[in-house]
Amino acid sequence: MEHLSIGYAVHGGRDRVVAGDICASLMSGEMTVLIGPNGMGKSTLLRTLCAFQPRLGGRIVVQGRELDTYTEKELAQLIGIVLTSKPDIQNMTVTELVGLGRAPYTGFWGRLSAQDRQIVRESLSLVGIEPLGGRLIQTLSDGERQKVMIAKALAQQTPIIFLDEPTAFLDYPSKVETLQLLYRLSRETDRTVFLSNHDLDLALQMADRIWLMESGRLSIGTPASLAADGSLARFVERDGISFRADDLRILVRH
Amino acid sequence: MKRPVWPLFLLLTAGILLFFVLNLMLGTVPIPVREILKALAGDESVPVVWRNIVLSSRVPQALTATVAGAGLAVSGLQMQTVFRNPLAGPSVLGISNGASLGVAFVVLLSGSLGGVALSRLGYLGDVAMSLAAIVGALSVMALIMYVSQKVKGNVTLLIIGVMIGYLANAVIGVLKFFSAEEDVKAFVVWGLGSFSRVSGDQMLLFVSLMLVLLPLSMLLVKTMNLLLLGDDYARNLGLNLRRARLLVIGSSGILVAIVTAYCGPIMFIGLAVPHLCRAMMRSSDHRLLMPGTMLLGAALALLCNLVARMPGFEGALPVNSVTALIGAPVIASVLFRKRKENVQE
Repeated sequence: MEHLSIGYAVHGGRDRVVAGDICASLMSGEMTVLIGPNGMGKSTLLRTLCAFQPRLGGRIVVQGRELDTYTEKELAQLIGIVLTSKPDIQNMTVTELVGLGRAPYTGFWGRLSAQDRQIVRESLSLVGIEPLGGRLIQTLSDGERQKVMIAKALAQQTPIIFLDEPTAFLDYPSKVETLQLLYRLSRETDRTVFLSNHDLDLALQMADRIWLMESGRLSIGTPASLAADGSLARFVERDGISFRADDLRILVRH
Repeated sequence: MKRPVWPLFLLLTAGILLFFVLNLMLGTVPIPVREILKALAGDESVPVVWRNIVLSSRVPQALTATVAGAGLAVSGLQMQTVFRNPLAGPSVLGISNGASLGVAFVVLLSGSLGGVALSRLGYLGDVAMSLAAIVGALSVMALIMYVSQKVKGNVTLLIIGVMIGYLANAVIGVLKFFSAEEDVKAFVVWGLGSFSRVSGDQMLLFVSLMLVLLPLSMLLVKTMNLLLLGDDYARNLGLNLRRARLLVIGSSGILVAIVTAYCGPIMFIGLAVPHLCRAMMRSSDHRLLMPGTMLLGAALALLCNLVARMPGFEGALPVNSVTALIGAPVIASVLFRKRKENVQE
């Protein structure tokens, strides 16, 4: 099932093309990981795909419709996001925050219906954080908080979830746990999960598909195929670091 | 973790009623409750002096304090939410400075240009001052709204607002320098803030304006809840950021503009009440916070007005000193207690 095909140029400032002529598609029920060095436009790509900033050229088509033709409300029911930064919120419970994920569906006052509350409960249990439901956001660890934001995106019931470096501030076990969670969610809920990430070894082990963004080019493939055609080695290898393509291992000389 | 909020709402409502009645009773001339009720009912047997005091001084003053307190508190909450800055208040965007500038123009220039000190004009002077304040405040607000559509960052907007405030103050300084002494005094007195300046028809107009605007501000609760998550998350949940910012700042600005026009710049309530309310309710949900700050703001303004009029001060104490004198320690203690609670969690 084809979800999204894009071919466009990203910008920052006055028509500064960060990356041009990208043609790719994302599939539902899969976890795709966007990797690449800093400053190559990973975040810009994500922001453009969320319709946060205009594309410079080309087309973005989601579920057979141009992204531009979606209204704000339709977009909110199409794409859910999770960001790197943790929102600074005081005195709000986990359940309340996940409930805000229902905002595109609730009425004028934002009151949750019984059905909305049921969806919030299901989202919490999918992520495995029901016990945290009554906790205040400011008392959570970074890892827990990121799970709450993922639950928020689930409650939004969007077929697509974009995550901008969701594991950046987490400790190693939390990183693994979060990525495992996202992988499981893409399977169980048949959602399109697309995230940028710098934890290459984890990404290679868990992603269905890798988008490797380098200056001027985007290589797409399964971890194994990108390893086989040498793209990953080109990206990873430098003095003191080598890449073993047969078992996707990054080796550091010491 | 969460406590039910209805006892708090009940308590606040009771507090408003209590302070309102005390406001009618206490003052230089204490008047018993029964006589007040009789006076309100139009009973002729109440001494004329008492009737006059109650009907033409204390009732307007108490009503003014109630709606002004509510308006300032709501305005402060809106500013703090839209800028996600705990130090934001109604005065940060230069809106109250705009009001001051308007009044300064009228009060200070009328003397130098027209040859008549406005401070001697009485009622007409009061109307002119209110109008000038509204015009000043609304023009600064229009400027801010225009800027808010142009600049992206909230911090930039906040800084521009503060700069506009400084600019207005500088112009006021220049105007003061060239004005007659008695006009400067009239301006300074206006700047001290008071709930007693409004009377008669103006009071009715003020109160009815606020009774329309306060419920209107409640319409923004969902928008404000989403703004708590930060710009990107809010936008992803379907919020039109530009429009949301325009509406919240506009609503907040109009409330401040009108209150400042009628009561002068009242400090502190707008900044302090939202903090107090959040701490008391332990909630960030604006569906609770908005009515909460409204009630708390009204109660606090009534209390401050009462203290300012305590026997011994003889109405000499400016409301602004009282709001800060009562407010500052209360806020500090609430925040301090909250900090301890957070540590224990």
